[in-house]
Amino acid sequence: MDLSSINWLLLLASLMVAATPILLAGIGELVVEKAGVLNLGVEGMMITGAIAGFAMAVESGSPALGFVGAAAAGALLSMLFAVLTQFALANQVASGLALTLFGLGLSSLMGQSYVGLKPPSTPKLDIPLLSDIPVLGPVLFNHDLMVYVAIAIVAGTWAFLKYTRAGLTLRAVGENHEAAHALGYKVIAIRCAAIAFGGACAGLGGAYLSLVRVPQWTEGMTSGAGWIALALVVFASWRPWRVMIGAYLFGGITVLQLNLQAAGLKVPVEYLSMSPYIITIIVLVIMSSGRSRGALGAPASLGRTFHATG
Amino acid sequence: MIRLDKRPNPSKAWSYSTPLLAVLLTMIFGGLLFAALGKDPFVAIRTIFYDPLFGQHAFFYRPQLLVKAAPLILIAIGLSLGFRAGIWNIGAEGQYIIGALCGAGVGLAFYPTVSFIIFPLMVIAGALGGWAWAMIPALLKTRFGTNEILVSLMLVYVAENLLRGMAVGLMKNPEGFGFPGSRNLAQYPSATSWISQNAGIHWGVVFALIAVIFAYILLTRHMLGFNIRLAGQAPRAARFSGVNPTRLVLFCLGTSGALAGLAGLFEVSGPAGQVTTDFNVGYGFTAIIVAFLGRLHPVGILLAGLLMALTYIGGEIAQSQLQLPAAAIQLFQGMLLFFLLAVDLLTNYRFRPKQGAAA
Amino acid sequence: MTELFAAHGLRKAYPGVVANDDVSFSIDEGEIHALLGENGAGKSTLVKMIYGLVKPDEGHMTFRGEPFAPPEPRAARSAGVAMVFQHFSLFDALSVAENVALGMENPPKSAQLSARITEVSNEYGLPLDPHRTVGDLSAGERQRVEIIRCLLQDPRLLIMDEPTSVLTPQEVEILFATLEKLRTEGTSILYISHKLEEIRALCDRATILRLGKVVGHAVPREKSAAELAEMMVGSALHRPERELAPSGEIALEVTNLSVKSANPFGTSLKNVSLMVRKGEVLGIGGVAGNGQDELLAALSGEALAAPEAVQLHGNPIGKLAPPARRKLGLLSAPEERLGHAAAPEMSLTENALLSARIRKGLTKKDFINWKATQSYAEKVIEAFDVRTPGPHVAARSLSGGNLQKFVMGREIEQAPEVLVVNQPTWGVDASAAAQIRQALLDLAAGGAAIVVISQDLDELMEISTSFAALNGGRLTAPVPVEGLTMERIGLMMGGAHDMEVAHEHHAEAPA
Repeated sequence: MDLSSINWLLLLASLMVAATPILLAGIGELVVEKAGVLNLGVEGMMITGAIAGFAMAVESGSPALGFVGAAAAGALLSMLFAVLTQFALANQVASGLALTLFGLGLSSLMGQSYVGLKPPSTPKLDIPLLSDIPVLGPVLFNHDLMVYVAIAIVAGTWAFLKYTRAGLTLRAVGENHEAAHALGYKVIAIRCAAIAFGGACAGLGGAYLSLVRVPQWTEGMTSGAGWIALALVVFASWRPWRVMIGAYLFGGITVLQLNLQAAGLKVPVEYLSMSPYIITIIVLVIMSSGRSRGALGAPASLGRTFHATG
Repeated sequence: MIRLDKRPNPSKAWSYSTPLLAVLLTMIFGGLLFAALGKDPFVAIRTIFYDPLFGQHAFFYRPQLLVKAAPLILIAIGLSLGFRAGIWNIGAEGQYIIGALCGAGVGLAFYPTVSFIIFPLMVIAGALGGWAWAMIPALLKTRFGTNEILVSLMLVYVAENLLRGMAVGLMKNPEGFGFPGSRNLAQYPSATSWISQNAGIHWGVVFALIAVIFAYILLTRHMLGFNIRLAGQAPRAARFSGVNPTRLVLFCLGTSGALAGLAGLFEVSGPAGQVTTDFNVGYGFTAIIVAFLGRLHPVGILLAGLLMALTYIGGEIAQSQLQLPAAAIQLFQGMLLFFLLAVDLLTNYRFRPKQGAAA
Repeated sequence: MTELFAAHGLRKAYPGVVANDDVSFSIDEGEIHALLGENGAGKSTLVKMIYGLVKPDEGHMTFRGEPFAPPEPRAARSAGVAMVFQHFSLFDALSVAENVALGMENPPKSAQLSARITEVSNEYGLPLDPHRTVGDLSAGERQRVEIIRCLLQDPRLLIMDEPTSVLTPQEVEILFATLEKLRTEGTSILYISHKLEEIRALCDRATILRLGKVVGHAVPREKSAAELAEMMVGSALHRPERELAPSGEIALEVTNLSVKSANPFGTSLKNVSLMVRKGEVLGIGGVAGNGQDELLAALSGEALAAPEAVQLHGNPIGKLAPPARRKLGLLSAPEERLGHAAAPEMSLTENALLSARIRKGLTKKDFINWKATQSYAEKVIEAFDVRTPGPHVAARSLSGGNLQKFVMGREIEQAPEVLVVNQPTWGVDASAAAQIRQALLDLAAGGAAIVVISQDLDELMEISTSFAALNGGRLTAPVPVEGLTMERIGLMMGGAHDMEVAHEHHAEAPA
């Protein structure tokens, strides 16, 4: 193996790109879980977003419209989950799984005529001056807009949860839905809004995969990214900036692993491809073994069904 | 306006009829989907649900029904125990793969020896493989409190990569002209799970039936089954009663892993025949639908497994005769779970007109 | 005095029950008005209607002379109605200031709000630090958060639902002083309680509810507690008869028991020691959240400790799980009926199996004998007069009192040598409560040792032979109940929990 054949600068630069899909999906799921809802359907919403965004971009020729379409598709699909869990009072774990299975089927049906096509390319922002800075320029400031949109969403989510009244209400609903109801807050409406936001973010994350990261459509292309996004939220102890740290760490590992494959490391490709999943498990174990600290971050009503009586 | 009231007692009648209602709703909406794809919905539904059983070539399809249903039932029975206890093993697909790899590994190691002992050894290896793979999330959960949903699922992707590695590496057929894939175990009499290929009966079918019976006795007559139900419905009451949550997690995950591993072993040494890169076809995930559709009840799972197998076979017929895309069948199955979860509401709640205006 | 609020012919029905029927009453400005009634008399439904959580089926309300029909709590709050809930509507993981902000319509900026909280809480003698996390507060402090949240909105009418059930006697005095101050400022208070002495001490008028209907109005000061009780219950109450059995040998002994709470906001037990003899009833008082659940768990076997820390008849059992302890004769009944003592979705037969399996031999080699289990459930139903269609119904379909009778009966019918119960009559109607207390006393008279953990001091005084109090996870040394004064009890419970500054020294408190 020849480590010098790895371009470390390029590796760092592609890290942000690799991290963006799970960052988007993760921050969306964080908001959902902060509202007390566990949506295991991230994978399904991501892949639906991936094909919806891809189709939209190919048909319209505009990647921007593609992303809009993906967000809409993700949000729309998440409403199925909202109907099941918030109105039909179904078990959240089962409903999330249903959403994932459904999304996988839906996406491969939708994607039949898009296999092998090339999407219109998403332009990179060449930020004058900043992108000319040596080393930092290409690593930080020479990406497409969505990379920065993702960071902006993280910042926005952080500020929303910490400083706004609506954010406080959302956290309250996730913490104790009975008390929030007794104070007159609309638990179900707030949760539906959070679920829709989570769906839109997952859709964006999926579209980023199919439009920028890969970029093409293949069946099942998310290959577990949605589940990794769920793990990311646990890793982050339900804190927005930590989701970003986690996503970039994970992106770094993925990129490194791909580079090692390319550099001809004497380990079969299959075993290198396992590494992101194994590392996710290890991280989950480390986070959960410091149980009391990690657990305190989890919203107290997470995963519980709410039904207002009387 | 209407509102929901919780029933004082769960409705028996609805708990039996909701799965049927869900199937009916899925047929209606599935029909609409097929119509949207430009197919005649009635023909499509008939092709999927009627033709494999009573159509012209039913003699050919009926045995396949057992072949497809067996792994689904075997896995779903294991999953249902955990689901009842609130232990979510959703990585059965991975345990299925590892079971197949371990079992096939034993078989391939003995090739071409002829001995009656080989197949039983493979069965043990398959069960142990699935069990061990499921023990990873189980031990991590009991030792560190790690979420078993995410770990078991991550392990599916690890297992898939391992499968690919094996199919092109260690287990590759030395006489296979460089193509990926192992020797064909179905053609190795000492190692095949087939009992009668024409009747669609292999050892997996037998084990699935035994699993149904055992699960039924466990859940209705045995303390362990009672504890499983108790832990799922009221975890604190279970602790009060004296249920040891650690042991329950190990048992439920271990059992479901072993059953999934067995399903994988029977598949690889029978219907599939060989370890290939795409040997797994998602039985581990479809079994989740089967478990819920059967209302986590052994007999229900038996029926649900057969129904789901029907949609697979019917789907294949529809694929070849009507050019209905395979993905449409997958979507159809997903829809079934959706409707089931939605109409399940009727078991525990009832609709009432909202009072107030009618004073 | 001018009328502030009036209800006219309110009615609210739920499937199977009429919660309120033709309820009319009025509250004047600056009045403390008591709403008196047993559990299940319809008090909660009535206040939920006033607070906009529930819409009445019939009837109407007026507030300050205007028609009043709040569609949601927000509307009630902006009209000037505030409410302190019995089961607090608080958020453990959030700070005091955030909790207060959530209950306000237009909260000021966070720095301003914190200053206001400090100011108002000191003014009313209920000091609070706005930056603390609510989950770390004591029950009394948590109630202060609710009260301050209400006061910051300058309410015209303050509704308080059973406010003293979580307070020590000293804290009750401070609360009453606060309420008196509010009254002199012209705020009206609707005070819900079933504690008669409190109502006689505090309230100007009372409306008495029974089975959803108003059965009378009274001026509490002019009535005796017995008269009020009769109006509330509808008949004279049977007081349990107590035969003081001579205390025998030591049955249960706990020495220096320390157990970490399983709940992140729970209270860990610290060096708890106690001793109960045969025939003795040890009452353990204390404000909610001071280690009651943890103590029950440590005795039942749900939480394990050092083997020697818990001894039954001299045998170390601290490491034994619940079934092994049951086998040796130590039984228990936790506070929470639905979900802890019983599985809500399971039938009574299945719930009988839950804890009676070992002592009643309901399984053979782990195979369940359903017939024997069902007949045991039937026996409990019969012996404890549980009103139910039969043992096949789900536990959740029983009323609180009936389920509690079933749960207590399930343990008592197993003839325990030691029985530990937590809140045996919580949320249970008076006749069922009396029945349960009598059963406990009968059990003790038969030679069993009993530990009753309860927040109802009257109950403890009625049935226990000795008394100890839990405070911050520590247990005081038990003392005989004979000759125990309320003040002494209050001090054992921890007095006023750092609130001595409150009213007494208020004048000297720095501004």
